[in-house]
Amino acid sequence: MDIGLSETQQLIRNSAREFLEENCDTQYVRAMEEDEVGHTDELWNQVAELGWLGLTVPEEYGGAGMSFSELAILLEETGSAMLPGPFFSTAVIGAEALKIAGSEEQKSELLSKLAEGKLKTALAFHETGASWTPESVSEMTATETEDGWILNGEKRFVQDGAAADMLIVAARTGEEAKNGITLFLVETDSANVDSRELKTTSSDRMSVMSFGEVSVPKASVLGEVNGGWDVLEKVFQYGAAGKCAEMAGAGQKMLDTTVDYVQNRVQFGRPIGSFQAIQHHAADMAIEVQAGRQLARQAAWFLGEGLDATRQVALAKAYLSESYPRVCATAHQCHGAIGYTHEYDLHLWTRRATGQRLAFGDTKLHQETLADSAGL
Amino acid sequence: MRYAFTQDEEDFRGEVRDWLNEQLPDDWNGIDEDSEEGWDFTRLMRGKLADKGWLTLAWPTEYGGEGASFMKQVVFNEEMAYYRCPGIDGSAIKMLGPTLMIHGSEEQRRTLLPPVARGEVEWCQGYSEPDSGSDLASLQLRVDETDDGWVVNGSKIWTSMAHRSDWIFFLGRTNQDAPKHRGISFFVADMHTPGIEVRPIVNMAGSHHFNQTIFEDVHIPKDALVGERDRGWYIGATLLDFERSGVQYSANGRRILGELAQFAKEQVGADGRSLSEDPQIRNQFAELDVDIECARLVAYEVAWMQSVGQVPNKEASASKILGTQLMQKLAKFGTELGGMYGMLGPGSEYAPIDGKYPKMQLTSVSSTIAAGTTEINKGIIASRGLGLPRG
Ligand SMILES: Cc1cc2nc3c(=O)[nH]c(=O)nc-3n(C[C@H](O)[C@H](O)[C@H](O)COP(=O)(O)OP(=O)(O)OC[C@H]3O[C@@H](n4cnc5c(N)ncnc54)[C@H](O)[C@@H]3O)c2cc1C
Ligand SMILES: Cc1cc2nc3c(=O)[nH]c(=O)nc-3n(C[C@H](O)[C@H](O)[C@H](O)COP(=O)(O)OP(=O)(O)OC[C@H]3O[C@@H](n4cnc5c(N)ncnc54)[C@H](O)[C@@H]3O)c2cc1C
Repeated sequence: MDIGLSETQQLIRNSAREFLEENCDTQYVRAMEEDEVGHTDELWNQVAELGWLGLTVPEEYGGAGMSFSELAILLEETGSAMLPGPFFSTAVIGAEALKIAGSEEQKSELLSKLAEGKLKTALAFHETGASWTPESVSEMTATETEDGWILNGEKRFVQDGAAADMLIVAARTGEEAKNGITLFLVETDSANVDSRELKTTSSDRMSVMSFGEVSVPKASVLGEVNGGWDVLEKVFQYGAAGKCAEMAGAGQKMLDTTVDYVQNRVQFGRPIGSFQAIQHHAADMAIEVQAGRQLARQAAWFLGEGLDATRQVALAKAYLSESYPRVCATAHQCHGAIGYTHEYDLHLWTRRATGQRLAFGDTKLHQETLADSAGL
Repeated sequence: MRYAFTQDEEDFRGEVRDWLNEQLPDDWNGIDEDSEEGWDFTRLMRGKLADKGWLTLAWPTEYGGEGASFMKQVVFNEEMAYYRCPGIDGSAIKMLGPTLMIHGSEEQRRTLLPPVARGEVEWCQGYSEPDSGSDLASLQLRVDETDDGWVVNGSKIWTSMAHRSDWIFFLGRTNQDAPKHRGISFFVADMHTPGIEVRPIVNMAGSHHFNQTIFEDVHIPKDALVGERDRGWYIGATLLDFERSGVQYSANGRRILGELAQFAKEQVGADGRSLSEDPQIRNQFAELDVDIECARLVAYEVAWMQSVGQVPNKEASASKILGTQLMQKLAKFGTELGGMYGMLGPGSEYAPIDGKYPKMQLTSVSSTIAAGTTEINKGIIASRGLGLPRG
């Protein structure tokens, strides 16, 4: 057992923290919330230059070839800084999906572009039902033709869909819930792919994307025909673990911000942090942040080592989806009215928490996995 | 003991319901009172309630009320909350009115209260300052006596509805040398007096509800003082007890639970069953049902104490804590029932129940802070209520 960070991990964390402090303060985050695109090319290119996008992309495809543990350490920092742009959708979801299911040609062409910052990806999975289960893919169909496939349907909650160059689209190609889903790589500038914004309280750049008779070549299939769910299940594990890392980092930020505030806010002639009620709030936050970070890192480590991480991911996501929003709520309680204003930054994290707790399965879904794993 | 309203009260409840059903649009589901549209509707309903004589139901008739019993007021407040009908100006009707009945001069009551009863004016509350929130008694807004009145300098903050108010009641420091509780006085002022500036503060749900209210050499007349000079703290504290009691939480909660039950019945989960068949969700409904009943009965206890002439204190704090925590739980539950759709707020395509719950999750953050934080109210229960020494 070694709970500490390796030298490389420390380096990643420190340099990421330094870079984000300098280039991604909350003023930038706010500006990007209002921005039409949601990120700037300048920052995106810097992120690519730092090698963040290809952190877990194998070296042969132009990446750094690190494990998911290292990426998770970085995600703690990007979660803390709320890095705008399709970073998660690309470096976690796109990269993992291509690594898991890409053909040799797809990997050599796409992963290297992705690592260079020249390919932004997004996952188009949800439809009306919007659950993280195979049933969520129902109306979106792909029909095989002589030289390819025709896609028809509508996808909801496509995070970063508007910013992406390429979508990973889950379409129904067979009747069986699990074994009737195929994944397609679809360029967003293809004819008849349309996107409209789906405004969320979490400001997380969701789109509704519609596909009307979109034809794609045979080579756009990612993985096996009808084998999409197996890929998605694995990708969702990385997604869930990645969101846990974000929440772990952001939770620490909430705690630090609160501790700082209660040391400086004076009421009744002393810092409010000297009142036991506030101290207990801070201690509760600290406990949940600490436990959450351990769960998140364990899940990332299991994934990084290529072990079966089903339970570890479920434990982490079940916990953090509850504890992190609670940490945010406690931060608000300790701040009083100032924390309820738009001008104060706290809500930037609190609002994002509403999306993070849902992404790649909420508490309930992961509790189900745990109940199964307990042999129930 | 009797856990039921009288026939007379129940009849009145029926009358209020019939009237509200008649007045409110068919698909009425409440309105965002912070919006311009909401404000227009608030004033419309306020006028109608005043005409009906219900706006200041429990006030004595000489000040424009009906002299109704506390319990009738409870019934009325419950129905207004359940029907999500705006119109009641809480600061004037619930707080200022009862305070002036006790501490105001006859002249003040006769000039200030009837316009409230007629639904013509909006009042706001100027207590908090940037450096004085929970520690209200440390307030610094300076009020100096002049030959013909008072001159006010300083700043209030978090003043709800100041931007729409005609009048403000506020606490100011009239004695710089006395111990902090003994140098405070209670005043009223016309918001249109020169020198009063209202600066909007947008809240984290994106709405303009509260403000910073700046006073710069604001001259107000002699009779702006309520009660005795330097004795305002005690008046202000009476008012806080009026502020904290309330049945609106449980009535609102009852409406919400009904709305969510309807949603759960109609909504099919990932497993193909209706959400209302999910045992975990059923449990959550049951738990909230209990929470609502707790909030309801404790609020009744507060009203009952008032009706028999007792002063609720720790009971009002308990009522406030139960009610506000209930609102936060309901907001969370309502959001979670939406699944992924729980990220979609008002105006968003596909938002279930008009995106009400995701927004409520943001606005309810303030409920355990406004009107005395949960921590302060727990302190009141422990020290004033249970006699424990102050920490
Ligand atoms: C099963 C068991 C085994 C134990 N074994 C040992 C042993 O092997 N050796 C040994 O030396 N002792 C032992 N203890 C004693 C133990 O360390 C004490 O019970 C403990 O330190 C609390 O002291 P107390 O019981 O006097 O409670 P108190 O200190 O009187 O506390 C009573 C309550 O007041 C609270 N409280 C006290 N001070 C504060 C404060 N400043 N702020 C907020 N709250 C406060 C406490 O949290 C508690 O809720 C044992 C106790 C138990 C129950
Ligand atoms: C939506 C909203 C509307 C409002 N409307 C009005 C209005 O119309 N008029 C008006 O005058 N004011 C209004 N307020 C202000 C409200 O009364 C104050 O926000 C509240 O009293 C808390 O003060 P504060 O925000 O300065 O927080 P602080 O007092 O700074 O408190 C910060 C934290 O410290 C804790 N704390 C402070 N002292 C202690 C202690 N002794 N022991 C333990 N914990 C402590 C608090 O509980 C809180 O968790 C409004 C506030 C909100 C959020």
